[in-house]
Amino acid sequence: MLGGMLLVWAWPWLAGASTAQALASQGNGHGAPACQSCHGADGGGQAAAGFPRLAGLDAAYLARQLADYVAGTRTNAVMQPIARALSSDERQALAAYYSQLPLPARPAATAPAVDGPGALLATRGRWSQQVPACEQCHGPGGVGVGANFPPLVGQPAAYIQAQLKAWQAGTRRNDPLQLMQHLSRALSAQDIDAVAQWFAAQPLSAHGAAQ
Amino acid sequence: MKLRLPLLLLAALGLGACADRSPIDARAADAPPATSPGKASAPAFAPPAESSIPPGPYGDMVRLGRDIFLHTAQRAKPYVGNGLACVNCHLDAGRLANSAPLWGAYGMYPQYRKKNGHVNSYGERLQGCFMYSMNGKAPPLDSQEMVALETYSYWMAQGAPLGVKLKGASYPKVPTPAKAPDYARGQAVFAHDCALCHGADGQGQKVAGTYVFPPLWGPDSFNWGAGMHELDKATAFIKANMPLSRGGTLSDQDAWDVAMYMDAHERPQDPRYHGDIAATRKAYHDTPMSLYGQRVNGHLLGTGTP
Repeated sequence: MLGGMLLVWAWPWLAGASTAQALASQGNGHGAPACQSCHGADGGGQAAAGFPRLAGLDAAYLARQLADYVAGTRTNAVMQPIARALSSDERQALAAYYSQLPLPARPAATAPAVDGPGALLATRGRWSQQVPACEQCHGPGGVGVGANFPPLVGQPAAYIQAQLKAWQAGTRRNDPLQLMQHLSRALSAQDIDAVAQWFAAQPLSAHGAAQ
Repeated sequence: MKLRLPLLLLAALGLGACADRSPIDARAADAPPATSPGKASAPAFAPPAESSIPPGPYGDMVRLGRDIFLHTAQRAKPYVGNGLACVNCHLDAGRLANSAPLWGAYGMYPQYRKKNGHVNSYGERLQGCFMYSMNGKAPPLDSQEMVALETYSYWMAQGAPLGVKLKGASYPKVPTPAKAPDYARGQAVFAHDCALCHGADGQGQKVAGTYVFPPLWGPDSFNWGAGMHELDKATAFIKANMPLSRGGTLSDQDAWDVAMYMDAHERPQDPRYHGDIAATRKAYHDTPMSLYGQRVNGHLLGTGTP
């Protein structure tokens, strides 16, 4: 409660912040539990469980993910019922709220080798199979670009792995132009592991928020 | 809204752009674009793996060339006048077949070029990229930047035959479209397939002041002297390489239409312009593939950007 009050105090200028903050910390009382119980009080996610960071992500991107859980173009046994329990206004408010949270501080991790397979996929891609570098769309360091290319840096490795596998399997199919569904098919399990480890280990603060 | 000279274009396309015609399936799905019959017998070539760049001063120069190629604005700053990088038009750091790879160009020079009416060394050809595609200045032939780019190209082309057009060199020509390229149809293709990355206004997208997705027209894009402003060249690039990672998926007609849409926007002036658009067109752009000096939707193209 005290933490919640502090957050309300810290973000008084955000329209709908108190509503969104209450949703994030307490849920809506009819089916949507508190977001922060999985995504963390600071919106930083939980690396061990693979729950993604929400803090600092683009608001339109976040709102569309919630809408796509409702529509079923992004599937997840936990998130779909939650998204369906939220009203459209609540989804928008939460998206705006999390987009404005500062990037959470994270202890520095040991990054894989800069000439390893994860780094190569991240920075150069594998064009022999029409796979661009992740950074060509997700931005330098994977900081994310606009409403369609979310940040990869600072996301748990398990989350990035799960998404790449979901694109491959077609259980996530809300990508524009089917870019991710298509290119993910060229990646092996080892590739996915390597590139996920690479982005998960990159320092969040060094890159700052995407514009 | 339509181009005001569709008949002229159609006629000229019929005459000028089909010398190297090839049967390309309009919706070839994921298949890479077919090469034209003339190139079917062209020898294939695979550049050496990047990991084989040797240690030492020679390898350092190769790596510098690669880094200039990838991060042109940062590594060759004095010579760059826009928001582009070499790699925007030559994918995979200049290694990718059908994306005008360096290994396909290096062994074709020195070469006579109609563009400037004399025999060009490879270095002079690279200077042209900086003056037009990069809307900047020509690096001196003995500058470190030029030595690095030449060394990178030489390294990449090692083992390739000299003076032989290789399979995958340049951009594969796209057959003359059934319908003359059309602005309105191109606009629809752009909105559907291009705006995601290049922005609804074609101005690209930046992160922290650096372009992640390049601007396609306007003050930070290539100028009116660049090859990409010509419809057949832009079509060839787009068909083989766009959308990024989905090259070959646009129909030929869509590629022509969206190329026309892109090239019917204003961009920086041709550096050879001396005060008269019509004279500049006559001297350098007297081809139906160039919209320079033409009116599209009432706008006279070639006035340049501020």
